[in-house]
Amino acid sequence: MAEYLEELAGERDPADPTVGDTAIANYTVNFGPQHPAAHGVLRLVMELDGEIVERVDPHIGLLHRGTEKLIEYKTYLQALPYFDRLDYCSPMCMEHSFVLAIEKLLGLEVPTRAQYLRVLFAELTRISNHMLNLGSHVMDVGAMTPNLWLFELREDTLNFYERASGARMHAAWFRPGGVHQDVPLKLLVDIADWLDNRVPRLFEDAISLVADNRIFKQRNVDIGLVARDDAIAWGFSGPMIRAAGVPWDLRKSQPYDVYDRMDFEVPVGTRGDCYDRFMVRVEEVRQSARIMKQCLAEMPEGPIASFDRKVVPPRRAEMKQSMEALIHHFKLYTEGFHVPAGEVYVATESPKGEFGVYLVADGTNKPYRCKIRPTAFSHLQAMDFMMKGHMLADTTAVLSAIDVVFGECDR
Amino acid sequence: MSSPAPLIKTDDTLLGMLRALLGHQLIELRYEVGEVALHVRREGLVQTMAQLRDEGYQQLMEMAGVDWPDRPERFEIVYCLLSLTRNHRIRVHVTTHEETPVPSITSLWPVAGWLEREVFDMYGVLFEGNPDLRRILTDYGFKGHPQRKDFPLTGYVELRYSEEHKRVVYEPVELAQDFRTFDFMSPWEGAEYILPGDEKAAPEAPGAPTPLKADEIKGTGDPKGAPAAPTPKTTERPEQTGAGAKANAEAAEPVDKAAGRDGGHP
Repeated sequence: MAEYLEELAGERDPADPTVGDTAIANYTVNFGPQHPAAHGVLRLVMELDGEIVERVDPHIGLLHRGTEKLIEYKTYLQALPYFDRLDYCSPMCMEHSFVLAIEKLLGLEVPTRAQYLRVLFAELTRISNHMLNLGSHVMDVGAMTPNLWLFELREDTLNFYERASGARMHAAWFRPGGVHQDVPLKLLVDIADWLDNRVPRLFEDAISLVADNRIFKQRNVDIGLVARDDAIAWGFSGPMIRAAGVPWDLRKSQPYDVYDRMDFEVPVGTRGDCYDRFMVRVEEVRQSARIMKQCLAEMPEGPIASFDRKVVPPRRAEMKQSMEALIHHFKLYTEGFHVPAGEVYVATESPKGEFGVYLVADGTNKPYRCKIRPTAFSHLQAMDFMMKGHMLADTTAVLSAIDVVFGECDR
Repeated sequence: MSSPAPLIKTDDTLLGMLRALLGHQLIELRYEVGEVALHVRREGLVQTMAQLRDEGYQQLMEMAGVDWPDRPERFEIVYCLLSLTRNHRIRVHVTTHEETPVPSITSLWPVAGWLEREVFDMYGVLFEGNPDLRRILTDYGFKGHPQRKDFPLTGYVELRYSEEHKRVVYEPVELAQDFRTFDFMSPWEGAEYILPGDEKAAPEAPGAPTPLKADEIKGTGDPKGAPAAPTPKTTERPEQTGAGAKANAEAAEPVDKAAGRDGGHP
């Protein structure tokens, strides 16, 4: 052994420490599909030169369930719950695009209270999604505590989900024409209390642990840089394009529901790195809380769904008295409603970016084609571009900053 | 007030501008449900898209395929463009069929790479110039193009873990129950077929033959024209009652024996 070490030492030349090293060829590693930092079933085939990433080839589709095909065989209402299962971290925001697309084709008016409720819960969903993403982002780069604290808040949002819709995750609460059921007053009071007391304390505490943390910055600042023009060319949206310095938010620029009445700021990054993406999301949580408070303050009383009985089923109590209501209920839950022929592309600002639905209706009760535009698809495609020349360990930071969920990416 | 969908304002001058910009490349411009759809020629697609990109539609957000099996060019490829500067969206449509490739626009937008791969995977549409046209969403070694309308919802193969082979095996799909499709066409809303049992309700076409009267049949004396005389129905023997073998056997038994079996009656 000693001879071997001497032999090794003898080969070393202090002036050139690489003498005696053997040059090795690039090698390929498989990252995932069962890696905890892959955020689901992502398989990255990475070509490495030492620890430097030369090329990344993401293999997606391991969670492909044929949602778009299934939707073509379901009525519009039966297709709705599939949207909860796309991005299962922010279910209601997925439903939002679909119901807006149907309403646009039908030309259906939605009562103001329903629009407020949708905006309230879309923003609650945004907070819920960001709690998961920010928490797992810090955990992927090595910190444990903030994740646990943020999960407490996420747990609260899931409880609110349950009290509104009856389900903790797969709510199916947004419906064409409004929302499924009205919320109890106590729930709104509790949400207000949660926004005033619990969110600022827990959230700001958790973020204060990492936002100025040296190690966290070393892992994120200048990692996965994307310039403004590249972000546009690669089809970025949401926090990814805002971090690159483009002040683009569909809630502001193409407002839907009552977003045009809301007063909020759009945070924008300056460098377009992972740290910017993280901080954009942090600020979005604060702005979402602000929107939710406005919703709670301004929400009027009134109906929570359209009275168009050819689209929205009647209340159960009404069915006990009215034959007409019973007929409508039966027709809507068997045959469903017919949507006039036409094509629309409706995109909303989901927590992860632009979530779009391209809906082709042929006048029957089933969609002819429903193409879902996932946010992660284009972001993940840019992985190769973002990772080139970075270290292997930066992969997790870049992936977390993309905020990828495979239910949505693979459909 | 109309539907609360995302607000996209289309300028009056914009449609004219688009028409002038694309010229003969434009087949049809549709402005429906507040959305602009440009149907353009396939051959000049790259140039058209470059013109639109330079005109302010910087982002390619989405590419969708649609299958219309009845049309001569069955596949429609839809490009959804977004303008960050004009705050506007348009769609660009091209059509193609199985063999004819569509020019790839990966040279204009790198994001088109995966979007084209997805359309290829789902519909089998070829993109000329895409350097990496592999399948993307379906399984390794998958056959067929699942979003085509003639591809069954259940697919052709299913996989399971085989204890015998100690690996995952693929087998042809076996359904315990047929896939149920319901027909929701209503005869009150213009169904184009006759419901079972409704055939007689349909009025006869003018000029249809009138059924002959009984005396007309007698007069001709033609055995072919007259229906065969029915055998008169009688029930002289137990077999003719139609009650079945068991009842016939019981009926054939002597009366006293049958009474004794019933028990109690004198």
